[in-house]
Amino acid sequence: MKISKVKVCVLRIEGTNCEEESYLAFKRLGAKPEKVHLKQLTGADVTADEKRSLSDYHMLVLPGGFSSGDYVRAGAIFAARMKSRLSKDLVDFVRAGKPVLGICNGFQILVETGLLPAMSGVMSDVPEAVLGTNDSGRFECRPTLLRKVNRGRCVFTTKIPEDKISLIPSAHAEGKLMFPIERRDRILKELYENDQVVFKYVDPEGRLAGYPWCPNGAVDNIAGICNRDGTVFGLMPHPERVFFRFTHPDWTRSPDGSGDGRAVFESVLDYASKKL
Amino acid sequence: MVVAEVRVELKKGVADPEGKNTLKALELLGFEGVEDVKTVKVFEIEMVGNAGDAQAKVQEMCEKLLANPVIHNFSVKLK
Repeated sequence: MKISKVKVCVLRIEGTNCEEESYLAFKRLGAKPEKVHLKQLTGADVTADEKRSLSDYHMLVLPGGFSSGDYVRAGAIFAARMKSRLSKDLVDFVRAGKPVLGICNGFQILVETGLLPAMSGVMSDVPEAVLGTNDSGRFECRPTLLRKVNRGRCVFTTKIPEDKISLIPSAHAEGKLMFPIERRDRILKELYENDQVVFKYVDPEGRLAGYPWCPNGAVDNIAGICNRDGTVFGLMPHPERVFFRFTHPDWTRSPDGSGDGRAVFESVLDYASKKL
Repeated sequence: MVVAEVRVELKKGVADPEGKNTLKALELLGFEGVEDVKTVKVFEIEMVGNAGDAQAKVQEMCEKLLANPVIHNFSVKLK
């Protein structure tokens, strides 16, 4: 499929606030993104010509923000609303090999929906992980360094060399990835074996480092994970905010070129153009 | 009418940064003898029907939305 034909659904509800940058990232690379409200997919309170079907799209993006005010838990309400009406559509979407990207609040939504880490099957009934309150107890907003540790499974990072350190900013209060304490080690082992760990927070030398390099205290410094097929990917930092080099905080002192986040969108469009 | 009080708290061993920060602030304000602070979330759910049905319904609400089993324990009290 030609990239110009790839239709991307950038899904929002009240409180989503990163849809514009996510939309533009795909638009600038020549794809066909559209900002879609969840109501348009569920068909509630919309006119006939506003109605959309998830199956009409080739890619789903859950952008960052504070959906439903982060009430109950970050992402929980968005997840519940999606699950109540779109469960089957979502499972079919993922089964068809169509990519799903969750950034920041979108990652929280994917975890609450059970689409990540999805240790068995496509979507778990109950969440198997959580993005809990940062260790600092505060909203952490700053550039973070991510090392790509994925060995090739994740379709969103194929254009990023292994071990490359990317500067991708973080902005969240609940980004501490956790698994059930009693099963944590086994789940981690499985994640590594399946090549589901994608990005880790590191210091400038690429070492796993504590606060503030790791803004939240996530287990093993994990910033992003994917499902077993590598087609569902969630991460806390915002690649769409560093599409251009000039939005890097150190852009006057760094070599010319594109922003570090751009490769995420290029990778997945490359996948879409070859596999869909 | 039944009112269900749902208490969602963190499991033992799960860090509670909000509680720890509050503890620190209380100490800074000069309160002595504060050993620990835990944050707990309480929902009051008003529903029609009898207590028996309500109990099962609220249980399902907790599993589907109000608690994340990875870090939360919940308890339900009917009033």
